[in-house]
Amino acid sequence: MAKKEYSFYPGCSSQQGASSSNMQKSVETMCEELDVKINQIPDWNCCAASIGYGGGGELPRLTLSARNIALSEQHNTGQDIVATCAACWLATREAAERFHEDDGLMAETNQALAEAGLKLRNETPIRHMVEVLIEDIGYETIGGKVQRPLEGLKIAGYVGCQTNRPFGIAGESFENPMYLDKLVETLGADPVQNYDKKVQCCGGALAFSEPEKSQDMIKTIIESAYDSSADLIVTPCPVCQMNVEIYQDQINQRHNTKFKMPVVYYSQLMDVAFGRSAKDSALDQQVIKAGKLEEIANK
Amino acid sequence: MTELNTAMVEQYRNSFLQEVEANVEEGEWVKMCMQCGVCAGSCPLGNAWEHPPQEIFMMIRAGKREAVLSSDSMWMCTSCYNCIARCPRGLPITHIMHGLAHYAQRLGLVPKNQPTQKFAQKFWQNLNKKGRVNELKLGLSLYFMNGFGEGVKTSLKMKDIGLGMLKTKRMAVNEAFGGHGVKDLSGFQKIMKKAHELEDARIQKSGN
Repeated sequence: MAKKEYSFYPGCSSQQGASSSNMQKSVETMCEELDVKINQIPDWNCCAASIGYGGGGELPRLTLSARNIALSEQHNTGQDIVATCAACWLATREAAERFHEDDGLMAETNQALAEAGLKLRNETPIRHMVEVLIEDIGYETIGGKVQRPLEGLKIAGYVGCQTNRPFGIAGESFENPMYLDKLVETLGADPVQNYDKKVQCCGGALAFSEPEKSQDMIKTIIESAYDSSADLIVTPCPVCQMNVEIYQDQINQRHNTKFKMPVVYYSQLMDVAFGRSAKDSALDQQVIKAGKLEEIANK
Repeated sequence: MTELNTAMVEQYRNSFLQEVEANVEEGEWVKMCMQCGVCAGSCPLGNAWEHPPQEIFMMIRAGKREAVLSSDSMWMCTSCYNCIARCPRGLPITHIMHGLAHYAQRLGLVPKNQPTQKFAQKFWQNLNKKGRVNELKLGLSLYFMNGFGEGVKTSLKMKDIGLGMLKTKRMAVNEAFGGHGVKDLSGFQKIMKKAHELEDARIQKSGN
């Protein structure tokens, strides 16, 4: 298989010592196994996520993404931009679409970029890593790489919001996307059928500003996984992963529950199934240990 | 920005809808709402909105300027995009809510101590400082946003979560000293300054 190359936008939370550095580690391992080369966009900046709108109006906010796309077009010419963070992908793709629709905005952003000698051509597809897996690599190739099937694991596929809406993965429904379940199956595990909270919002950034309202939603996501006898939850989104994993103790205190549900990334499942160690799969960075998955990794 | 608020009231005396169309991100879509209420029924925090999106749209058309801009409803948006995915008319509702929230902030009409507004503003300042978000400083500034006493209380409440993140190397103490950022910070800041200038000029012009 020829090596595939992409211009990679990791985003702030994927940096060393940041909240989804475990996703970054496991994605690097996954890409090694799949012979995918990810070239970081040199000197990329924050995308403003979906909460930057308070201080950031349309033009300054979208210009953040314009700088990233321009840097990618200059240094990683001809390569699709690929993001692993749902918010990074969404913000960048939204910006690219807005600039296509609005010539005035495009002219203004280029006027701003010119201050640092940059130019946006806006000719680059903005994609999510999950699209790369499904569309460019395919379930069959992924299945062919499995050395340690995740047998006996029951997994709730939690897709969340921003990997799913408004763009989503081509051919999948917004209300009941099936790709995560298909991936879980490809890796030899048992996907929870009809996981009713698969596209439930976790509160996103409001987990910080409206903790009680958000934790009420997070509670339903975990409860539903327990109701389906899941061993763990898997998600593609760094905000979903963090929100659903780290507040379980607080929810337990408020609601007298006994939640201790591990939440992992799809890339961690793939790493373990591909035969890599618990460390290469970043399982040592779980706040709630994924015991059964670690057992398979240590076999 | 009360001056800008006065200028806008003066300029758009007869039509709040026109003011929204001219100044709010994706505001030109507001008039397309057909009042079906699918957005309200699809919002995960729907019960926390004093005025759900379709009501906001009708209030804009009815000229309820102050009630809309000083509402904390649009600050309840979690950016889940359910409303966008389901709106039969294809209104970019999430973006309009963000746009209204931003416009209300620009005019100084946000209700006092709106937590999401404070967080959103802190996030924006944090990312602009070095070009990338510093999660540690952002978290701490959030805990202390309502003063020192409450900050200490919140920090204690969040202590176990912080320790869990530290132990798993998903939070780094050295981020408090410098931390991650873009290399070409001066170029980054020049770009952002220009973008702000261009947008401010466009909105000033609309109020005159």
